[in-house]
Amino acid sequence: MNEEMTVVVNGEERQIDGSSTALDLLHSLGLDSRTVVVEVNREIVRRPALENTQLRDGDQIELVHFVGGG
Amino acid sequence: MANAAGAPADGNLTVGGHEFRSRLMVGTGKYADNATMVDAIGASGAEVVTVAVRRIDLDRTKDEGILYHLDPNKFFLLANTAGCYSAEDAIRYARLAREAGFNEFIKLEVIGDEETLLPDVEGLLEASRTLVADGFKVMAYTNDDLITALRLEDAGCSAVMPLASPIGSGLGLINPYNIRIIKRRLSVPVIVDAGVGTASDACITMEQGVDGILMNTALAAAEDPIAMGHAMKRAVEAGRLAFLAGRMPQREIAVPSSPTTGMLS
Repeated sequence: MNEEMTVVVNGEERQIDGSSTALDLLHSLGLDSRTVVVEVNREIVRRPALENTQLRDGDQIELVHFVGGG
Repeated sequence: MANAAGAPADGNLTVGGHEFRSRLMVGTGKYADNATMVDAIGASGAEVVTVAVRRIDLDRTKDEGILYHLDPNKFFLLANTAGCYSAEDAIRYARLAREAGFNEFIKLEVIGDEETLLPDVEGLLEASRTLVADGFKVMAYTNDDLITALRLEDAGCSAVMPLASPIGSGLGLINPYNIRIIKRRLSVPVIVDAGVGTASDACITMEQGVDGILMNTALAAAEDPIAMGHAMKRAVEAGRLAFLAGRMPQREIAVPSSPTTGMLS
């Protein structure tokens, strides 16, 4: 078991495994990578890159999708 | 063009090289429930539906994303940048929306004031130029101001979307003259966005000769959104046909419709 780290996901601090990738984070939250767009420290992480994107302590992560709007 | 039985021929709306089967575009916000939204949109006959980009609710206290309810194979998803108050924010949201992977179109909003939700045209022009250079097909929500509309066209926008009246106001088309002159002077499609409240508003707007209308609250906040969807479909079609038909001249004195000769003595 790796040490945990703290990242900020959609404005809230979360403790996650220190070796987590962006894809690991989505899976741990029960999210389908096909319907989520991921931004780490204001940079978009394209879907094919999610599994190779190593998260770091203190990362600011935004997980967005489409909702109703006009 | 016209024949004895049919309506005048009218081409489909084409924006940024993409042909759409309806001149009515609708939003997906503010419905009481998703089933009503789906049925109201179905009744409207709209192909283009707008969506917003927002954080996923990680606590799952709210509903699933909109794609759970609207089939992206059936509808053309037009993402917006609603809620953005700077060019920088709008560009960020547009790029996130494109990454969702449906298309390169964006309904660009850069809002300048919370009370009126009127556009910040300086930010809008800046964001338009950046996004066009970045390969987006920009449909820009703007004031009913000719000069801004011309500048947005020069910036490379695929469509210019002047308001009929403020977002969600339902006040209808406040300045038909401004909309007509924008339509007359621009080459790109002009799609009126925001302010339409009921079917007559939609019809009058289309009678100005614009290429289409985008509406949300007029359906979502109607007492019966599904019935209003049917009404709006017919109103947009009727207004378009009336424009193509060419209306009679207006006069301030009566002109009899029946013969003035042959009256009994």
